[in-house]
Amino acid sequence: MRRLKTGSSMSKGTLFDKVWELHTVSTLPSGQTQLLIGLHLIHEVTSPQAFAMLRERGLKVLFPERTVATVDHIVPTTNQARPFADTLAEEMMQALEQNCQENGITFHNIGSGNQGIVHVIAPEQGLTQPGMTIACGDSHTSTHGAFGAIAFGIGTSQVRDVLASQTLALSKLKVRKIEVNGILKPGVYAKDVILHIIRTLGVKGGVGYAYEYAGTTFEQMNMEERMTVCNMSIEGGARCGYINPDQVTYQYLKGKDFAPKGADWEKAVAWWESIKSDADAEYDDVVVFDAAEIPPTVTWGITPGQGIGVNQLVPSAEQLAEEDRQIAQEAYIYMDLAPGQPIQGTKVDVCFIGSCTNGRISDLREAAKVAKGRQVAEGVKAFVVPGSERVKQQAEAEGLDKIFEAAGFEWREPGCSMCLAMNPDKLQGQQLSASSSNRNFKGRQGSASGRTLLMSPAMVAAAAVKGEVFDVRELLN
Amino acid sequence: MVSEVKAISGRGISLVGDDIDTDRIIPARFLRCVTFDGLGEHVFADDRTALKGEHAFDQPQYQGAKVLVVNRNFGCGSSREHAPQAIAKWGIQALVGESFAEIFFGNCVAMGIPCVTADSTIIKQLQEIIVANPQASVTVNLETMQVQCGDFSASISIGEGAKNMFVSGTWDACGQLVAHADQIQATAAKLPYLSWNQVGVS
Ligand code: SF4
Repeated sequence: MRRLKTGSSMSKGTLFDKVWELHTVSTLPSGQTQLLIGLHLIHEVTSPQAFAMLRERGLKVLFPERTVATVDHIVPTTNQARPFADTLAEEMMQALEQNCQENGITFHNIGSGNQGIVHVIAPEQGLTQPGMTIACGDSHTSTHGAFGAIAFGIGTSQVRDVLASQTLALSKLKVRKIEVNGILKPGVYAKDVILHIIRTLGVKGGVGYAYEYAGTTFEQMNMEERMTVCNMSIEGGARCGYINPDQVTYQYLKGKDFAPKGADWEKAVAWWESIKSDADAEYDDVVVFDAAEIPPTVTWGITPGQGIGVNQLVPSAEQLAEEDRQIAQEAYIYMDLAPGQPIQGTKVDVCFIGSCTNGRISDLREAAKVAKGRQVAEGVKAFVVPGSERVKQQAEAEGLDKIFEAAGFEWREPGCSMCLAMNPDKLQGQQLSASSSNRNFKGRQGSASGRTLLMSPAMVAAAAVKGEVFDVRELLN
Repeated sequence: MVSEVKAISGRGISLVGDDIDTDRIIPARFLRCVTFDGLGEHVFADDRTALKGEHAFDQPQYQGAKVLVVNRNFGCGSSREHAPQAIAKWGIQALVGESFAEIFFGNCVAMGIPCVTADSTIIKQLQEIIVANPQASVTVNLETMQVQCGDFSASISIGEGAKNMFVSGTWDACGQLVAHADQIQATAAKLPYLSWNQVGVS
C-alpha cells in the first residue's frame, strides 16, 4: 500500500459531498446536518422498540412509502412454519407484521418470493439506486454503497427518528479514497480484497470516514462483488463505503422491479452520472493498493483486521504494531492458535456459506465450482444458506442445490442464520467455523467459546471438502 | 422528555481491553426481544460467565457505578442499540475511553449518554485509580471538559456538536427533526428519484 496524501481540508466534488448536499434539510442548533433519508429499510431486530418509542410520543410514520421491511435475523433455516418454535422469535415476527400493517409499510414476508437478508433483497429488487441516502438499523447497510448510494447503519433511536421525520441528525464524514488497481489473481475474490484492506488500514482506520473504493480492480468487479466490498466497510470502522456508479451499475439495475422505466430511465442515468465524484475531486486521504499483491485471505483472530494470507503464519506479537499486541494476545488464547503456526491445515468443524457479505448467487456459484464432484470431509458440518428467496430460486434453477447436496452440504432456507446465530443455527462449544460472513468476534456464531475464521465462499467450500483451512487455488483448474 | 446533561458524578468502573465489540457487550441471543427492558442483567453475559464472578460488572465494589472507563475502539461491530441500552440499564450514565466506534457513539448520544475520550495514558491512570479506590466518585464535566476523581483531574474531548447537544439538552434530536416538516417536504420534492422509485404499498 502507498499513501498518497493525508489531511487536506474539506473535500470537494466527491459523490459523498454531492449526495450529502442534495439531501440536506437544515443545519441543526448543534451544528449537525439534518439529512433526508431516501430509502429506509427495517427488520425485526432493531425496529420494534423504535415503533414503541414512536407510539409513546404520539408520532406517526411520516413517509411510510419510503420504508421497506423484511425479516431475516431470527428466521429458522430449516422449518419456517408459523408459529416459530422459538416463542421470542415469534413475538418479534408478530411485532414486525403488526407495525408494518398499522403503518402502511411494505413487508416482504417469508414465502412472498421476496424475503431475504435486508442487504440482499433491496439491491436485487432495484430498490437500491445511485445517489440515494439509505439507512437501516443494521451496520452492514454500507453494502448499498456499491451502487453509489450513501448508506449507513443506525441505532434504534435513529430508526425512530427516520420513521418520524424521514431524516437524521448527522455530522458530516471525511472521505478517504481507496484505490485498488490491476487484476486479481485466480482464486482471489472481492472478499479477499476487503479483508486485505481492513488488515492494512485497521479496524478503526475508517472511523470518521466514508470510504470511496476506486481504481481498475473495482471497475472490473460485478455488482455482487462490489457489494461484498462495501458490506465490510464497517468492519474497517467506516460507517459507509461506496463505489461510483458506472455502466456495470446501470446494466444491473435495468429492468429490476423498482428501477426507473421508459423515459424515466434516461433521466435517471443522466442524474446518476451527474452525482459521480469529479475527476478533480479533493479527498481527505488517498491510499493505493496493487491487486496483484492480494492473496486469498483468512482471519486468524477475533477482529476482522486480524487477517493473513492463507499461506502465511499466525503473526507473533513482535511482528505486530504496538497497539495491536494486546488484542493479539487475547486472540491466541481464545482461538487456541499459537504465533508462528500456519493457518493452512487448521482443522475446521463447521463450514457456513451465506450472509449479506457472501450469500448472493455469484457467491454460491463460486463455492459450487469448488464443491462439485467432491465430498465434505468426515466430521465436518457444512451448510449453505442463500441470501434471499430469489437467490435460492435462482440457485435451484441452475442446479447448485443439487451440487451442494451431492457433496454433502445442507441446503437451507434464506436468512442471516449462523452469521450471528440468532436463529437455531449455532456453533457448539469451541467448534471452529470457516465462514463466509463478516464478523469473527468472540461468541459471534452462537457459542460463547465458538471460533470463526472469515474467508471467501470458495475458500469455505475448500475448507469443507478438505476438513481444514486450505488454499482454494490448488482446487481450481 | 429532554434534559440537559452537563456533569455526571458517580463511582467508576473500569473495563480494560481494546476493540470490545457489541457482540461481547450483549450477545445476539439476548436481542430476541421487543423491548430494551431487562437487558441490563445480560450486559457482557458471556465474558461474565467466562470469568466466573471476577468480571468487574459482577464484583461487589463496582455495583452502582455510573462512569465506565474503557480503552480503544469500544463498541465496534453492530448497530444494535441493545448494546448501549444494556450498559445504561445496568446503571452507567457516562463513558470515558480512548476511542469509540461511530454508531455506538451515535446511539449513546441519542440516549443522552456522553462518551468522552482522553489520551491512553490518562485512561490508564484513571483505570488504576478506580481499581485502587472503587468508592471514589468520578466526575465527567462537559462544561469544563475535565474528568476528575479525588486529586486527579485531566482533560477530556467530545465532538463540538455532540457536546452542544448534551449541554443544551437537545441530544434527543427527534423533536427538532419533526419540527422541520416544511423543509423536509421541500428537500424531498427536489430529489428526482422519489418519482421513479415508488417503493410503497401498491
Ligand atoms: S447476514 Fe449477518 S451481518 Fe448481514 S444483516 Fe444478517 S446478521 Fe447482519
